[in-house]
Amino acid sequence: MIRLEKRKEPSTFWRIANPFLAVLLTMIAGGIMFAMLGKDPVAAIRLIFFDPIFSETFGSYSRPQLLIKSAPLILIAVGLAIGFKANIWNIGAEGQYIIGALFGAGVALWFFPQPGWYIFPLMVLAGAFGGFLWAMIPAILKTRFNTNEILVSLLLVYVAEKILAAMALGLMRNPDIPGFPGSRDLRRYEAAHNAELFAGTGIHWGVVAAMIAVIFAYAMMKRHMLGYHVQLAGQAPRAARFAGISPTRLVVICLGISGMLAGLAGMFEVSGPGGQVRIEFASGYGFTAIIVAFFRSTNPIGIVFAGLLLGFDLYRWRVKSDDVATA
Amino acid sequence: MRKPLLSLDGLTKAYPGVLANDDISFEIGEGQVHALLGENGAGKSTLVKMIYGLVKPDKGLMRLRGEDYAPAQPSEARQQGVAMVFQHFSLFDALDVAENVALGMENPPKLRDLAQRIRDVSEEYGLPLDPTRLVGDLSAGERQRVEIVRCLLQDPKLLIMDEPTSVLTPQEVEVLFQTLRQLSAEGTAILYISHKLDEIRALCDEATILRGGRKIATCDPREKSSRELAELMVGQVLTPPERAERSFGDVVLQVENLSLASNNPFGTSLKDISFSLRAGEVLGIAGVAGNGQDELLLMLSGELLAPSEQVKLKAQAIGHLGPNARRRLGLVAAPEERLGHAAAPEMSLMENALLSGSERKNLTRFGFINWRETGEFAKQIISRFDVRTPGTHVLARALSGGNLQKFVIGREIELNPDVIIVNQPTWGVDAAAAAFIRQALLDLAAKGAAVLVISQDLDELLEVADSFAALNEGRLTPVRSSKGLSVEEIGLMMGGAHDMHPAHEVSA
Repeated sequence: MIRLEKRKEPSTFWRIANPFLAVLLTMIAGGIMFAMLGKDPVAAIRLIFFDPIFSETFGSYSRPQLLIKSAPLILIAVGLAIGFKANIWNIGAEGQYIIGALFGAGVALWFFPQPGWYIFPLMVLAGAFGGFLWAMIPAILKTRFNTNEILVSLLLVYVAEKILAAMALGLMRNPDIPGFPGSRDLRRYEAAHNAELFAGTGIHWGVVAAMIAVIFAYAMMKRHMLGYHVQLAGQAPRAARFAGISPTRLVVICLGISGMLAGLAGMFEVSGPGGQVRIEFASGYGFTAIIVAFFRSTNPIGIVFAGLLLGFDLYRWRVKSDDVATA
Repeated sequence: MRKPLLSLDGLTKAYPGVLANDDISFEIGEGQVHALLGENGAGKSTLVKMIYGLVKPDKGLMRLRGEDYAPAQPSEARQQGVAMVFQHFSLFDALDVAENVALGMENPPKLRDLAQRIRDVSEEYGLPLDPTRLVGDLSAGERQRVEIVRCLLQDPKLLIMDEPTSVLTPQEVEVLFQTLRQLSAEGTAILYISHKLDEIRALCDEATILRGGRKIATCDPREKSSRELAELMVGQVLTPPERAERSFGDVVLQVENLSLASNNPFGTSLKDISFSLRAGEVLGIAGVAGNGQDELLLMLSGELLAPSEQVKLKAQAIGHLGPNARRRLGLVAAPEERLGHAAAPEMSLMENALLSGSERKNLTRFGFINWRETGEFAKQIISRFDVRTPGTHVLARALSGGNLQKFVIGREIELNPDVIIVNQPTWGVDAAAAAFIRQALLDLAAKGAAVLVISQDLDELLEVADSFAALNEGRLTPVRSSKGLSVEEIGLMMGGAHDMHPAHEVSA
């Protein structure tokens, strides 16, 4: 009889090889399915996995798209992964993303149409603050009344969506185009526009912020007591109390960080690729990021790869599904 | 020799990297009380698991009443009349006694009938038990009675008992022995697993001694001295720890009239606890498990906060301070549960060195961890406390119980504390490591630290403690000198027999 036993030590090789193996197996399984549908498996897999990045015809369009889709995923996932390690489950990043976007857009619309170098930094602060604030609701309810943060943060997503709709139709609606929902287009307001930093690359401030967040998270998890405490609390709660860690403080920190980063992601999106506060602005990044965070929750660097992979996936899903059908 | 009930012939069981049982043969007679003696890791558990159908032997045969016996699972073993009381109870706190008993039966009768049968059996064998009480409210001794009664209801021919006295006071042990003798007289054989030699000499007709997975001897334990049995069991000559005569310093730790609710719904709240501890003194606190030991440790380590004035360290009020603040002031602790409380199982020894070492060893700057120094600290613990491990990168869960315990106690001692609190410092640890740990605690006391040892092992306490107290249902007895203290006196301090009566008293 075969019995499964835990390794004495985790294997470094498999930790690194795992995601690559997973992608390879996905390609093979997908290929088999396409073959069963009567399509050429090689062509289909090529179209899905290679053309978006390497094709001469769409490459120049889809490579920047990859970064644009991945940046918010990575930014949100980095924060979520920290909480997940401590067994604090923020499922409501989507809500924090929306509120962050509304705070950021709110600042921009307040200053419109004045110029000023300080407007964009203020929007960044406001976006982070909005996400933080929205995440503090489940945090305080959990620490005060021991409510379940999974449920509370998730339900607050629906509240945030209602607020978004109300803003798009009411307070933030563009007064110059009566009869249409949605705010002014921030891409046309230079002081507030999160523009491409290098033309044609897709790199905007959100991409930069995602990279900085990854580096900070890495340093925190590997080198700082806070990261150590997060891991300890997640693995052995009693040992964490023995080490003097306050569970309340950890809940506030973990939800605070993930809310802040989700808020930032929303703000960079609304002032850049998204452009305006619309009812359909929320596009599920906050939920997809949960998968990213789960994928490689052991390692912030891994989150970059997982984020790129799923960003790629999101993009592909929207642009390519028709092409595959005809392949 | 009585007619053999169960005979084992050449039982062998290997696990990856270890031969747990190597060619073990012996016989248990009908109505015989047979002791299975050996240190932790000697292979006792594996052997009884094979008899009880939890583990399949690789080689060898068992015969029950002359017929081949190879239970594929415990229910088969029970059907053939083999029952077992485990060391760790498998009871549900939130259910009552009768419901718990019913859960362990193949075809339980109606609860009302079952309750009556429980009453009958418990009276017949002097194990009073109210079938309607919630198990969560019972003491450890009473829970054990639930397990025993559950077995007796199935009218077993062989009753296996795994370390049954580790949760009992000496008086409760005496009552249990009367029950076991009565069973034996009625023809039920008992396989009694223990490493407590005096008990075995008092109770058992025959003893089989295991060491390193092999049978060393089968003998009549009454013909051997405890020392001879111990040396057979350990395979070497044991030397008790040395203690120098010394005088004590000032009071360093003082607790006054402290009452504190447990943080666990089925825990024991502390009631009006008072004691003081002087520099250089070793205070031993005895008690049956579940009488407030965990709560006492948590309250002293700072994991449970108390009114600040009621706990004083060197005359400073510390009741309101958390674990790290107390560590900075010189108080450290080592909880009972090694994996999950004193150490994180999935973390390396280096990371575990940081767990309680960061404050007193200055292993961080502005919160950033100095991993190089942390590694040095872990290496220092490993070399000074003889922790057998390939290196500091090894995960805590990969260490044996004794080695991890040496690491945990060593970590706290290396922090150079003024006061150290340990709970069950040698629980589940082999004899050599246990002796090492006790010696290390005594050495620390000799250097002037105050040591508080909470333990259920009376021999251990009598070996190391200068003064002695007992916890009983959350109350602490007055502290007295351990010189000239007899086991009976200790038993009374531990709360006597928790309303257990020998069988004849009840039936009279």
